[in-house]
Amino acid sequence: MSMFKTTCFSAPLLALGLALTSPLAMSQETLESPQLGRKITSSELIELDLIASNESALPAGSGTAFQGREIYAAQCASCHGPDGSGGPANQKLVGGNIKSTEDPVRTVGSYWPHGSTLFDYVRRAMPANAPKSLSDTEVYQVVAYVLFMNGLIDQYKIINADTLLSLKMPNAGGFIDMSASH
Amino acid sequence: MHIKKEPELTRLDSASAEFAVAGNGLLSRRLLLGLGLGGAGLSVASGALGADFDIPAWSKQPGPGPSGYGQPSRFVEGIQRDPGRANPLYPGGGASRTPLHQLRGTITPNGLHFERHHAGVPDVDPTQHTLVINGLVAQPLAFDYESLLRYPMVSRIQFLECSGNSGALFRDTAVDGTAQSINGLVSCAEWTGIPLSVLLDEAGVSPEARWISAVGADAASMGRSIPLDKAVDDVLVALFQNGEPLRPEQGYPMRLFVPGWEGNVSVKWLTQIKLSKEPSQFRDETSKYTDTLSDRRSLQFTFPMGVKSIITSPSGKMQLNNPGLYQIEGLAWSGAGSIAKVEISADGGVTWAQAALDTQAGDKSLARFRLPWHWNANPAQLISRATDSAGNLQPTRSQLLAEKGALAFYHFNAQQCWAVTSSGEVKNVYV
Repeated sequence: MSMFKTTCFSAPLLALGLALTSPLAMSQETLESPQLGRKITSSELIELDLIASNESALPAGSGTAFQGREIYAAQCASCHGPDGSGGPANQKLVGGNIKSTEDPVRTVGSYWPHGSTLFDYVRRAMPANAPKSLSDTEVYQVVAYVLFMNGLIDQYKIINADTLLSLKMPNAGGFIDMSASH
Repeated sequence: MHIKKEPELTRLDSASAEFAVAGNGLLSRRLLLGLGLGGAGLSVASGALGADFDIPAWSKQPGPGPSGYGQPSRFVEGIQRDPGRANPLYPGGGASRTPLHQLRGTITPNGLHFERHHAGVPDVDPTQHTLVINGLVAQPLAFDYESLLRYPMVSRIQFLECSGNSGALFRDTAVDGTAQSINGLVSCAEWTGIPLSVLLDEAGVSPEARWISAVGADAASMGRSIPLDKAVDDVLVALFQNGEPLRPEQGYPMRLFVPGWEGNVSVKWLTQIKLSKEPSQFRDETSKYTDTLSDRRSLQFTFPMGVKSIITSPSGKMQLNNPGLYQIEGLAWSGAGSIAKVEISADGGVTWAQAALDTQAGDKSLARFRLPWHWNANPAQLISRATDSAGNLQPTRSQLLAEKGALAFYHFNAQQCWAVTSSGEVKNVYV
């Protein structure tokens, strides 16, 4: 009310004030914000920011399936099976054809639409008993090995940020984005 | 309600005719609100208590004094979540479900709120925890817990439901379970926190940003992408649950709370918000939390939880011991708003009657419904169906299957049926 009284005799000033204020900034909460965020630079976030999406740059480094075979055997095979066809936890990485009429088998090869997701997930969450214990290079190597087991690359193909993002996954066109309908 | 007294039953039978509102014993929802049979129910109950009025032991000696943090009575120790057996190949993973059939009201106690973890519950020290906002912002920022406590907070009583809740009901064979084991991945709490828009404003959202990616500090660094328009609409960085700091299994010291959307996007142990043009395509929004249709294309980013209701009593594996008056009770909710109406059928969906809503159902919160029912020891099929404030009617199972196909797993919100046999057993069935 008092704000209205102050500005009502000066309509042009009020209009200018509104024009300079974004819709978000007009919320009452913003006016009360104590603004206590500490300013940081992206170089401080190299450890914390692990998002390796299509848009963000994947880290430097590269690997081949040939190099990844040993890491896979040591770190992954006990759950996923020596050939990726599923171990005791039935966590299949290989096989299936989502388009066939059989019950869907969802694996990296049959279902995952983006190669970047494989790097992102392995680096942040795998192996399940020691997440974030692999170096970026080791992650590239084991990612290459999983792609190789799925028949998507040969064992000497170099997987790095560029080749992983440009790799066409078999089910890349298989999803309907429902985000606009919420 | 477990005592059979012939004179009362006679009164109930005549009242059943007078107050019948739908087939197979459904009575007016106004019946126990001042009309008719309140007295009959009470007299039956007093008979059940027996005539032993000896002074009990606890009335003859002082009990223990005040305590630092109160615990439930030892007589209700059986009211528990069901965490299941640990899987050594999936350390810390899994879910526990809320015992919906053993609770009343609409607020879930913090210790009984359902859980779903992808790599266990981290033991986060708030003094060592940071929330970072980066990506397409004018100025990347880091917030510590102490600073966030100085921000303006809002409180909302709203439900949280895992999109995998009731997923077993997509399968061909009706699972023999309880309201908890089938439907227990839904809970409701008062969530208190900072509107995310306040923190995003401080960082300065770039005009080209369309999505946020939220990442947790758990061992899986679980991440989800959320459209920016939702993030600045009603999403909270929640720090309190039912008045106290979040429990560790609910994301202490802070979580995202995304009202009305599948629970997985309310990222716990929140440590990063990154703004971008496109979603991050995390594993939990591509490989998981997507539903394959009959034509083998898959639905992605199916965020809102549909209108839904479940009957919590009588419900699966309960036993009705005597004919007579019962209350059909349950919970209803919708990601699209509040609950406008709940209807109940006792004859498998042939006839319906409107239930009473015992609470003023708020926006995206649980509503409790209730309807008196006279069970005459004939077989019955109890179904509820909710309508929300946007006019959405909870679908039948066959309607949902026709829409999503038999391969789906997430977002099951169809009507569920409990069959009561003539001997009083209650079992999940398909109609």
